[in-house]
Amino acid sequence: MNAPLRAGCLRSRIAAVGGEDRWLWGRDRSVPLISIFGETRLGARRDDLAGKSILIRTRDQLCAALVLIELDGAAKRLIIAPPDLDDAHLASVMEDGAADVIVGDLPPPPGLGVEFVPLGAPQPRTRSNFAPRRSEWVMFTSGTTGRPKMVVHSLDGLAGAIAPGDPDDPDDPPIWGTFYDIRRYGGLQMLLRALLGGGSMVLSSPEESATDFLTRLGARGVTHLSATPSHWRRALMSPAIQAVKPRYIRLSGEIADQAVLDSLKAAFPGTPVGHAYASTEAGVGFEVNDGLEGFPADFMGREDGDVRMKVVDGSLRLRSSRTASAYVGGGDALADADGFVDTGDMVEQRGMRFYFTGRRSGVINVGGLKIHPEEVEAVINRHPGVRMSLVKGRKSPITGAIVVAEVVANGEESETVKAEILDLCRAVLPPFKTPTAIRFVEALAVTPGGKLERRLA
Amino acid sequence: MAVRSIITEQMQSIAAQQNKSLARLSDDLVLLDCGLDSLCFAILVARLEDELGFDPFSTDDDVYFPTTFGDFVAFYERAA
Repeated sequence: MNAPLRAGCLRSRIAAVGGEDRWLWGRDRSVPLISIFGETRLGARRDDLAGKSILIRTRDQLCAALVLIELDGAAKRLIIAPPDLDDAHLASVMEDGAADVIVGDLPPPPGLGVEFVPLGAPQPRTRSNFAPRRSEWVMFTSGTTGRPKMVVHSLDGLAGAIAPGDPDDPDDPPIWGTFYDIRRYGGLQMLLRALLGGGSMVLSSPEESATDFLTRLGARGVTHLSATPSHWRRALMSPAIQAVKPRYIRLSGEIADQAVLDSLKAAFPGTPVGHAYASTEAGVGFEVNDGLEGFPADFMGREDGDVRMKVVDGSLRLRSSRTASAYVGGGDALADADGFVDTGDMVEQRGMRFYFTGRRSGVINVGGLKIHPEEVEAVINRHPGVRMSLVKGRKSPITGAIVVAEVVANGEESETVKAEILDLCRAVLPPFKTPTAIRFVEALAVTPGGKLERRLA
Repeated sequence: MAVRSIITEQMQSIAAQQNKSLARLSDDLVLLDCGLDSLCFAILVARLEDELGFDPFSTDDDVYFPTTFGDFVAFYERAA
């Protein structure tokens, strides 16, 4: 099973894995995977696209998946536009990415002067007239404002963390579902797991509530379900969570604290819950499957696997064949002199384990003392009356900032709960890290990438 | 409620929460000696902003910090 995963274009790898009755299910339409072998949705234009650099810009995820499957191995470069790519950035993206043409179901705004190849109805596929090549896969980094930044990956690197024959049981192939969008790194990982692991996938839609998506996941019989901790906290608030009976639960994209891991274990007794560490730049780092937050300290010195890790100035650096090779259009170096990518994720060793404390860029500075909002949220989230929380800085003329918290209650919003949360914080955090005020809110905003929205103070 | 009593009440409540012993609040009490640290003062200014609707520190262009409790009360009363 090893060889087919590591060689050939995406379509031939899917073929090599085999399997029957495999589907990509969207909200409004679905495509049987078998159809990708005999059909094209690009018509006669398909051969013209060989060797081109292509911006894939689509309204829905299914369409993006189909273009990726059709054009990997033909295109020089596949640039995957995230769903929230602003029209105002299209020109700079085309320029930075040296894109020749846009392919998808979203015509570019008139006046941009870019060639557009729409995805049409499926037609029988004729033999291709081009030599297969290794296409570059270009993804957008998350969390930047202004001119979008992109990194270059390859299918080999993207699929590098996927064990051959990942689906445990060939008689019961996995049905993947994810709250992620497959046009971002985390979601693309799940799509590739489904495609290369002999499975099917249920694709999410932004027009759908968490409850509707959970209901649809349940109806399709999802077996492998992946989401960010923020997505999971919201899903756990929905009665429709009972509709799904996954046999594997995965978290990534944000710090998985003990509270969310424990809530998932309680909601799905006996189901393995794993959390993974990955970033668009650094690729998939590792998976943690012992049900505990953080990761074992011996991961750090490990020399046997594909990934090398080190900590420099408190932040985690990774080197592996899965890291992106470069930023598109040059600019900053992606990796340090030794090939390590600085993730900007801060870690702290306590005993035999490392814990994520937060993003370097998200630090709150209280009179010169640094606080990662995530470490305070992890404490607040331990309270059973808390579903999720957001800690942020409030400007202060005295100390520059003070720590405040917004909390989504899991049940009653009372002064008693507030007081208990503060007691919990005071018991384990120094005073400057303890929230100076707690406010109950109905909901907390989650970014299109599934992460808690943090507006820096 | 008068600005002075709101300030007094908040200082007492913050001192209690932060486990500080607050000196008797007289007008000539030097704030540095009142028992509250700078974090307590940061909390105090934020609470007073919520309660009174203004923060004289951020509206005042001069870099001024009252030195005694009396100055502090007067500073808030002037801005009210």
